[in-house]
Amino acid sequence: MKIIVLVKEVPDTYGDRKLNLETGLADREASEIVIDEIGERALELALTYADANAGTEVAILSLAPEGATATIRKGLAMGAGSATHVCDEALRGADLGLTAETLAAALRRVEFDLVITGNVSTDGSGGMIPAMLAELLDVPLATGLSSVEISDGAVSGTRPVESGVQKVSANLPAVISITEALPGPRFPNFKGIMAAKKKPLEMLTLADLGITADNPDAARSIMLTVAEKPPRAAGVKIIDEGDAGEKLAAFLIENRLA
Amino acid sequence: MTEFPRDAILVVVETGPSGELEKAAPGLLGAAAAVGTPIALVLASPGTGSAAAEEAAALGAARVLIAETSDPSALGVPSVDALAAAAEQVQPDAILISHSLNGRDVAGRYAARSRAAISADAIGVSRDDEGVVAHHSIYGGAYNVTSTSTFGAPVITVRQGSIEARATAQPPASETLAVTPSEKPAARIDSFEEAVAATSRPELRGAAKVVAGGRGLGSEEQFALVGQLADTLGAAVGASRAAVDAGYIPQSQQVGQTGVSVSSQLYIALGISGAIQHRAGMQTAKTIVAVNKDSDAPIFEIADFGVVGDVFKVVPQLISALEARKK
Repeated sequence: MKIIVLVKEVPDTYGDRKLNLETGLADREASEIVIDEIGERALELALTYADANAGTEVAILSLAPEGATATIRKGLAMGAGSATHVCDEALRGADLGLTAETLAAALRRVEFDLVITGNVSTDGSGGMIPAMLAELLDVPLATGLSSVEISDGAVSGTRPVESGVQKVSANLPAVISITEALPGPRFPNFKGIMAAKKKPLEMLTLADLGITADNPDAARSIMLTVAEKPPRAAGVKIIDEGDAGEKLAAFLIENRLA
Repeated sequence: MTEFPRDAILVVVETGPSGELEKAAPGLLGAAAAVGTPIALVLASPGTGSAAAEEAAALGAARVLIAETSDPSALGVPSVDALAAAAEQVQPDAILISHSLNGRDVAGRYAARSRAAISADAIGVSRDDEGVVAHHSIYGGAYNVTSTSTFGAPVITVRQGSIEARATAQPPASETLAVTPSEKPAARIDSFEEAVAATSRPELRGAAKVVAGGRGLGSEEQFALVGQLADTLGAAVGASRAAVDAGYIPQSQQVGQTGVSVSSQLYIALGISGAIQHRAGMQTAKTIVAVNKDSDAPIFEIADFGVVGDVFKVVPQLISALEARKK
């Protein structure tokens, strides 16, 4: 069994995140850059399966700028066996279409059984890469799984949707995405961190993958404008002197909110 | 077949377990009507298409294409095939789909198949000289961004509950869409359990009022206070991630970057410190009220009305003051 986990570098949601107002791109200097937590959970799922099933290969795939090596190594330190880092200046500001084409090309180079991703990234909130990959790779897709069972040749799980909960299954190879309901990641231990330094980390460019960033046949999404919203100002702050509940009720009634 | 309008906006809506249209339908059709002529593609389970089509017309669809799937247990692929057939016929200026789990699957697969551009998680649409433009609220509402496609109709997924506009009802005009299955491999839906509404409270996503509780509530039992205030106000119940992690309330009620984003008229934060992670999911609310015993809690930086005090004293008093007024 070969499992590929997609991980993505994002600005940490526990800090301030900024966009460059001239380029519209994420200001990578402004925030701490981390692996998106949902990607770590995806990796945890793969590693848990590998722990219980000898002969399982877990590999990381990430499309990220040059400096992302450190976060990818963290995934190796958690226990993934190898990693592929797709990095190319022409991918700067890539939209979902180009991102999906590039990742699909990287996945076509390996014989995978299962691709696991997070359901939605915290920066772009797109949540569509898994679907795009399934379409491009011609494999079944099961998204937004809140529990997952991997078996030989198949994957199944529960899929909460607006109106209820589905139980779904697919034959392998397949693409799945998972939700935050899955267990959080293990911490890399010292042995893992040391071992990660010797694990294979392959770097690929668009040329290696035979992808052209400015393919005229594909429509691309472009940003037209970007503006920063003025920060919200604080209003009234009172200290409870025994009547704050009544004052708050008056505020709500006055503003027709009660 | 008559021609479709030149300013057609193709709106993709699916039906729920009882054949009713998804909750996002009124907003999607409302957004479409503001930038063109809404044409609905109704993705229905067998036998529910015509009733759903009438519902779509009442919500503003000038014409409705009905696609009843022949294979209801195939996950997603029949919907994508239907969208591909509909887009081919309608030649729309834009395609609008809910940014729900199923909507994202359809949008992503269709865009990959047709090489269309995606504008994800839009909170509004407009039209300029060159076509339809999507409006986004990025990084938890810190930035406003607009996007569109380099050419062709953009596929725009619209954040649930973000559109207030509603379209004028149209006379029913529907037809069955002929769909050629793509035979793409699909996952199977083996079973489905409908959610039973365990509460009469409004749903968190899209609620006009939200009362949310945090770690400051102290325990699952004491978290009930949040529900009491919510019921007094007719509000939905939300929670911070800390309260969810502590097990006070299920994860489905989590407000924040990795939970539900709300833009309610009123947001009351009880015992929530207001980490950036949480604020990213609620700071676009119109009026924010916070009650917290820590006067340095960051939530006060964005609160319109802040109370430094004990939630277990302030909130019961608030509830009785509001109840007294009702009598």
